[in-house]
Amino acid sequence: MTDTPKIRIRGLRKAFGDKLVLDGIDLDVAPRTSMVVIGGSGTGKSVLLKCVLGLIEPDAGSIEIDGQDVLRMDRRAAEQQRARIGMLFQNGALFDSLPVWENVAFGLLARHKTDRRHARARAEEVLGQVGLAASVGALWPSELSGGMQKRVALARAIAAQPDILFFDEPTTGLDPIMGAVIDNLIVDCVKRLGSTAVAITHDMASARRIGDRAAMIHKGRIVWEGPATELMDCGNAVVDQFTHGRHQGPIQMELRR
Amino acid sequence: MNRLLDGVAAIGRTLLGTCRLTGRIALFGLDGLSNVVRPPVYGRLCLHAFLDIGYYSLPVVALTAVFTGMVLALQSATGLSRFNAESAVANLVVLSITRELGPVLAGLMVAGRAGAAMAAELGTMRVTDQIDALSTLSTNPMKYLVTPRLLGGLLALPLLVLVADILGVLGGFVIATVKLGFNAEVYLSNTLDFVRTDDVVSGLVKAAVFGFLVALMGSFNGYNSRGGAQGVGAATTNAVVSASVLILAFDYVLTELFFAR
Repeated sequence: MTDTPKIRIRGLRKAFGDKLVLDGIDLDVAPRTSMVVIGGSGTGKSVLLKCVLGLIEPDAGSIEIDGQDVLRMDRRAAEQQRARIGMLFQNGALFDSLPVWENVAFGLLARHKTDRRHARARAEEVLGQVGLAASVGALWPSELSGGMQKRVALARAIAAQPDILFFDEPTTGLDPIMGAVIDNLIVDCVKRLGSTAVAITHDMASARRIGDRAAMIHKGRIVWEGPATELMDCGNAVVDQFTHGRHQGPIQMELRR
Repeated sequence: MNRLLDGVAAIGRTLLGTCRLTGRIALFGLDGLSNVVRPPVYGRLCLHAFLDIGYYSLPVVALTAVFTGMVLALQSATGLSRFNAESAVANLVVLSITRELGPVLAGLMVAGRAGAAMAAELGTMRVTDQIDALSTLSTNPMKYLVTPRLLGGLLALPLLVLVADILGVLGGFVIATVKLGFNAEVYLSNTLDFVRTDDVVSGLVKAAVFGFLVALMGSFNGYNSRGGAQGVGAATTNAVVSASVLILAFDYVLTELFFAR
């Protein structure tokens, strides 16, 4: 592990109107490790990822990738830096108008200008890595089950061999067995590529399977950060209530006000 | 007094909101068009948009044009007969079709068909994160999704209107000769002698503007839709209504520019 984090976030703030979603997020993710970010619905987990991806512009703070602040780079340099990130969206976000293989090869065709024949071969190879037959490449996203769509989305995220992988609720909407399959695929892919991964999830079993480290967002701030193995027993009242799904605790008290 | 001030404030807010929206639409259109000269150019998508807007709208536009020409011939024959001016039927039909009804009706039909489809498609892509996914795959969504549609609208509608002009005049010709007893040769010669190049060209220029407006409103409303199925529905409605109103408003402005003496 090196001293420079792969991703360093400092003082990240974002408000939508008068609703403050991120209130000074500080987070480091070391190279070639997996960080799981947990937190209740609407606490800003997806906003955090979208800020790093450049899909949402934060109000304040810094986001460094390999020591370079992407918020202060010119647009082209920031795009190049972010082009090294692969993203698995919560609902897959597969392009309905393209067959599966073109979805998987989209980044190769757009970013690396790979010719279509080679891009298709690479797409079929990556589909194999996520446990799908090459023949699936000829299908349309609407013809796939939820679990297959997630696998295709994972294949699309890793096809260009990114340095950093983001996973937004990777197991939402899947049965526990398929959830475990997706988690194992994610762990395999991250290890094989040597990537740095950030996943956000509500699913505690998934968090423990994917993460080396974990952090919890509450009221727009990181309230706890530590090894994922300690997630269920970290001694932080907010984290304990969330991970054990208790009715009583600091989170519920705030809802009652 | 307070009620009066509240009323003025509400009018001011609406006015400012309209100005803001107009500015956003203008910037969106400029951004979309500026990508035409910046590589990469998605030729396949441009062709797809052109076919979707032009070729697949052909049946509905053709039917509209034919029936409009037929009605126009019937109505004008009835009206002009009161002044013993039935010989002007051919002139009236060709002028009305080429200058006004061809481009306006084709624009409205394309707004209902292709504009609504654009808003629904882009709106669905927005609410299912597909547009964000494009950004994460090093693809500029404006260039990939909006620019081909703007180009498609701009180029397809003039061709559609050219076909509509011919079919509209043909519809009038059929009614005039079969039902009203006009001499076919005289009717055609009246039509061709009377129509001028600038009548047709002005209609085609209008068509290009209307095609751009339809694509712009369809893309803008879809691209900026929010809030799931309801948001996509609202975007689709807004796309059709705003494009239709803009077509009629710009029709007046362009007519004033071309023909006001």
